[in-house]
Formats: sequence, structure tokens, C-alpha cells
Amino acid sequence: MTKVKSLADLKLMRAEMEAKLSLREKSNNSEKMVQIKVAMATCGIASGAKDVMDFLIDELDKRNIEAVVSQTGCMGYCYAEPTIEVTLPNQDPVVFGYVNLKKADEIIEKYIKNNELVDGVIPMNYETIEKK
Amino acid sequence: MAKMKMHLLVCGGTGCHASQSEVILSNLKEIVREKGLDNEVQVIMTGCFGFCEKGPIVKVMPDNTFYTEVKPGDAREIVEEHVIKGRKVTRLLYTDPENKKHVSDSKHMGFYKKQLRIALRNCGFIDPENIDEYIARDGYEALGKVLEAKDPQQTIDIIKKSGLRGRGGGGFPTGLKWEITSKSQADQKYVVCNADEGDPGAFMDRSILEGDPHSVIEAMAIAGYAIGATKGLVYIRAEYPLAIERLKIAINQSREYGLLGTDIMGSGFDFDIELRYGAGAFVCGEETALIHSMEGNRGEPTFKPPFPSVSGYLGKPTNVNNVETFANIPVIINKGAEWFAAIGSEKSKGTKVFALAGKINNVGLIEVPMGITLREIIYEIGGGIKDGKKFKAVQTGGPSGGCLTDRHLDTPIDYDNLIAAGSMMGSGGMIVMDEDDCMVSIAKYYLDFTVEESCGKCTPCRIGNKRLYEILEKITQGKGTLEDLDKLKNLSNVIKDASLCGLGQTSPNPVLSTLDNFWDEYIEHVTVKKCRSNQCKALMQYIIDAEQCVGCTACARNCPVNAITGERKLAHLINQDICIKCGACMEKCKFNAISIK
Repeated sequence: MTKVKSLADLKLMRAEMEAKLSLREKSNNSEKMVQIKVAMATCGIASGAKDVMDFLIDELDKRNIEAVVSQTGCMGYCYAEPTIEVTLPNQDPVVFGYVNLKKADEIIEKYIKNNELVDGVIPMNYETIEKK
Repeated sequence: MAKMKMHLLVCGGTGCHASQSEVILSNLKEIVREKGLDNEVQVIMTGCFGFCEKGPIVKVMPDNTFYTEVKPGDAREIVEEHVIKGRKVTRLLYTDPENKKHVSDSKHMGFYKKQLRIALRNCGFIDPENIDEYIARDGYEALGKVLEAKDPQQTIDIIKKSGLRGRGGGGFPTGLKWEITSKSQADQKYVVCNADEGDPGAFMDRSILEGDPHSVIEAMAIAGYAIGATKGLVYIRAEYPLAIERLKIAINQSREYGLLGTDIMGSGFDFDIELRYGAGAFVCGEETALIHSMEGNRGEPTFKPPFPSVSGYLGKPTNVNNVETFANIPVIINKGAEWFAAIGSEKSKGTKVFALAGKINNVGLIEVPMGITLREIIYEIGGGIKDGKKFKAVQTGGPSGGCLTDRHLDTPIDYDNLIAAGSMMGSGGMIVMDEDDCMVSIAKYYLDFTVEESCGKCTPCRIGNKRLYEILEKITQGKGTLEDLDKLKNLSNVIKDASLCGLGQTSPNPVLSTLDNFWDEYIEHVTVKKCRSNQCKALMQYIIDAEQCVGCTACARNCPVNAITGERKLAHLINQDICIKCGACMEKCKFNAISIK
């Protein structure tokens, strides 16, 4: 592993990582890539987020949908755990709550395949520091 | 791949549901179908937008149009004008209360400015186990800047100027704490992260460590450089296994990248972090007790001064900050002190994370600018009180805090206003109570907690709190007297004045604050022996209404203590001396003849 030797070094690295992350987020081959984040804090895992994540990884693979599934921390919507965020190519992210395996299947079949929303959408209601 | 071109989102939260959002949903669906658009336009019900005050809400995607106070009759206009002709229905658009202009793109609505995520900026956004994602979001750049500037005092000045105050509850200015520790002379100094989150209902520190551990690591290194410490310690409760695991992964990744260890980024600065586990004692959140626990001694507080900034861990100068405080640091360095100081109220800058819990619809973790009102938090973010009940109080500051009532709904929330209102910021637990909660029982609950958690070192806290608890118990049993209320007050003040550490000094707050705000309820408990929320079993009476009772004997057969007597087909009677108030009779009665008095 190369070490970060200076601030300039770090900035170079950030540019590289940013490109990688935006590849994940905005996707260069945007025709295909779907981004999914699963909220995996203690509360999410306790409500079954791990199973949902495994299910999503397996099923998206089986159903030949190119997607990146990653874990993340608490999104703050405790009342609706497990929660996942799905970003379809060139679209705003959508957060779904109460995602059990059945709901995860429905999200793949309806939202990811047909852009058809399913019940359990949680509207985002905060500002980020980038915008401020 | 995408077939649907447009989505109409109808809010399905409790508030909007109560104002016919379901009818709006079915009307929209009907009209979309009638126009033959159901293959391109989807109508769906969503979770609560939190903006219940202006409900029902209909949002149109992808153009982000936000319609408020929609009525079932508006459905046709929305479909015919907006969906088909592409013209927004101006009269339904949200009007900005400040400039009276219609806001068509919800991204520009003031409502979204209610929450601002600084400490939670990466939570739910990046993979906490991947340092690359943290770096991509400006991670470790603040540390780089600080190390390149080679001026620790400048860093301290930035933090001082930002106005950041300790997020663990006390609200001590962070920059000042750093300055004092930096001026202490010693061969070794320490930076300690207090992750001993113990308030019932608070979990923001856990969420930050689980969702964004690198932000805390980076901030600790910055603090280390600023005060001249090369060692960092995280005191974390062993009950947080996932937070510990993610923190360990993050520390190892930082070491691999050379962001912890020796000669960080070629600056010559060495810094490394170790973990120390707490066994879950509430008092160990107090900094002197925390330090003793880390040293392997009993987790008991000691008198201050000397403050840890002069003599702390192993007798060396030690700077203790809370997790959330640390999570703010990198953003302040990157965006500047002025940027941070522009957010919040006059004396409390920035944002605060609150864990919303209790009788509120959107239970969750929120981050709001200081100075927001309770009303905004409960009704515009929290989605209002559950089941449409009446708001009674909010408990803030955990066992050290107090209650805020409807009188305080419009008070801007910051450190000083909360103290003036008889409560405190605490670590940010916010427990919402409705009309069904008995305030005497609430005070008793918190005292129960303090009695359990008191370390026993000083008498006022060890014995005083126990007596407070007993008096409260007596009142809820219906055996209280007016003199007991005086005793409660006097004893509370003695405990407050005479206790050694923060735990004891604040432990009577739930009692004093409920006495202050809900005096009538206490009086009712001791004089007419009545609990208006029907929570105190000893004060309740199950009564059979002789006119409603048909004498079916169902209640008598189900009573576990045979307290109910009566002939078949004649009105029954409950013997109050035998009744244990289990409520089984009321559950079984099919004629609504039994009520609580």
C-alpha cells in the first residue's frame, strides 16, 4: 500500500477516489449501472439489513443486472428500518424503507427493471454541506 | 430500460392520511388511467415527508414539484395541467413564508433547510469500512491542511472562532479546551474521545462511529497536533460491538495509508490511536471518572480542579471531547470558522444531532441548526405526535435534563435557552411524550436510572437520590402528602448543591422540572389521589356502569382474583379492595360497560 506522503499526495488521491466514487454514483456506462446503498448500522442490521444486502447482491447477479451494492451507516430513518437507497442511472437517489426480502425483490422487479416505484418511499428532507 | 416517465408521490403519513390523502391517491390513479397514461405515469403513496403542517403533500418527479394542501378535487387539475400540458398548478405550489413567492422546485424550499447534516455528512452516504470513500469526500484534507500550515495555535484559533461547543452535553467551548491543554507543559499529552454514550434514548455517537469512523480519527489527529499530543484514546462502551469493529478497521486503514503513525504526510508529526472499553457505567461519561476507568481504576469521579487539561490520564494533560464534537472538526477546518459560525444561534453555533424517540411519528436521527424551535422539530421534521394525540412534553438531556412543555414550543433550542427552561442539551436524546404519559412516573423512571447508576462515592447522590425515588414511589402509590412535595423540592436542591460530580448535580433535574411544569399533576396525585393519564395503577379504579352491564358474567369469569360479583343478567360490581387493576375485565367486556376512573 502506498502511503500518503503530503497534502498534495492526498489531493491527487482524492481526485482518483472521487472519480471512482462518481463512477459508482453517476456511472460512466450510465446505461447499465445501478447503485444501491444499504444502511448497515446496528439498528439496520438488527432489523435484517444484512440479509437484505446478501439477497440484493445474489439476486441482482442472478438476474443479470449490473449493479453496485455497498454498505453505509445510519440514514436516520429508524422508524422504517431496514432502509436502502437506490440510484438508477441519471436519476436522483430514492430511499426505500421497511425493506424485507419480499420488498427487495419487488424493488428489483419493479423499480430497477421498470422504473416503477413501490410502496415505502421515504422522502429525503435535509440539506448537505456541499449545497450550503 | 426505464418505462415510467413520471411519478406522482402522494404522502401517506398519518397527518396527510387524516386529511384524505388516500382519496387524492385514488383520484389521481383514476384520472391517469382515464387519460390512458398509466403506462407512463405512476401514482404512488410514500412515507411521511415530515411537512405535515402543509399537508396533504403531492410531489411530482422528476421535476421535483412540491404541491401542498392538496384536496381530492385538485387531482384532475394536476393531471390535466401539469402531467399532460407541462404547466405547473401555481395555486398549489408551496409559498415561501419569507418572500411570498411560489417555490416550484422543492430543492429550493425552506423546508429542506430545516435539517443540515454536518456531523452526519457521511452517515448513510459512504461505506464506513472503505477509507477511499472517505478520502473522496474530502477526508483527511483538513488534517493535511493543519499539518502543512505548521501552526498549532492557528488551528486552535480556527476552532475558537467557529464557536464550536462540546456536544456531549455541557457545552464547554472546544477551542478554549484545546488552548488550555496546549499550554500545559508535559512530556506526554493525550487526546481522548468520549464515546461512552449513556443517556437513555441517545445513539448519535454510535451512529457516527458506525457510519463515519474516519471523521473522528481525523479530528483526533488534528486535536493531537493542535495541543501537542501524540497519543489518542477512544473510550467506547463494550455494548457497541459494531462501532468498535468499524473503528478498528478504520484505524488500521489509516495506519496503512500513513495517516496515523509516524511522520504523517511528511510533516514529522506522529500520532496513533488506541481503544479502551467501558463496561457501560453511566458515570464514566463524566470525564474524570472516564479517565480513572481508562487507568484501570474504579470509574469514580474526582473533584475538579485539577482539570484533565492540566492533569488527566496517568497524570498527564488530557483533552477529552465527545464523538459528535470531533465529527464537526474536519468540516470547520475545510470550510472555515466563518462558515460554521454563520450557522446556528448567537451563542450556540453549528448544528446538533438529536435522537427523536417516544410518541412521535418519524422516530429517527436528525441534525438541525441550533436555534430551531421545538415546534419545527416535532411538527415539520418529526411528523407530529403518534395517533393524533395531544403533545404534552419533551424530555431532553436524559437523566440530567428536564422537560419542555407546550410553553416552550417556540423557544429557539440552544445550550443557554434549554438551561433557562430548566433542562439541558445533554447528548441529544429527545423523548416526546403525549397526554397518556404521567409526569410523576416519568420523573420516577429517571430517578430509578440515577439510583442504579450512582457510583456511591458521595452521600447526597448515593442516599439523596434513593430517598427522592422513594417519595416519588409513595406518590404514585397514592400515599403521598402535600408535605412530600416540599420534601421533594428541598431534597432536590440539596443534592444539586452538595454532589461531587455532574451526575449528582443534575440528577434531581427531572424532578424539579416536572414539579415546575406539572405542579397540578403532582397536586392531583397527592390530594384527590388521581392520575390523569391513568398510568399510576394504585390510583386507578375500574368501574362497571350498571346501566350498560347486561350481566353476561364474562368479566367475573376472567377476573384472576375473583374481585367481581353479581348475579346472572344483573349488573356486576368490582370490589376495589381485591382488584389488582390488571384490566382483564375491561378487555373481555363486549358491552363497553367497564371504564377507568
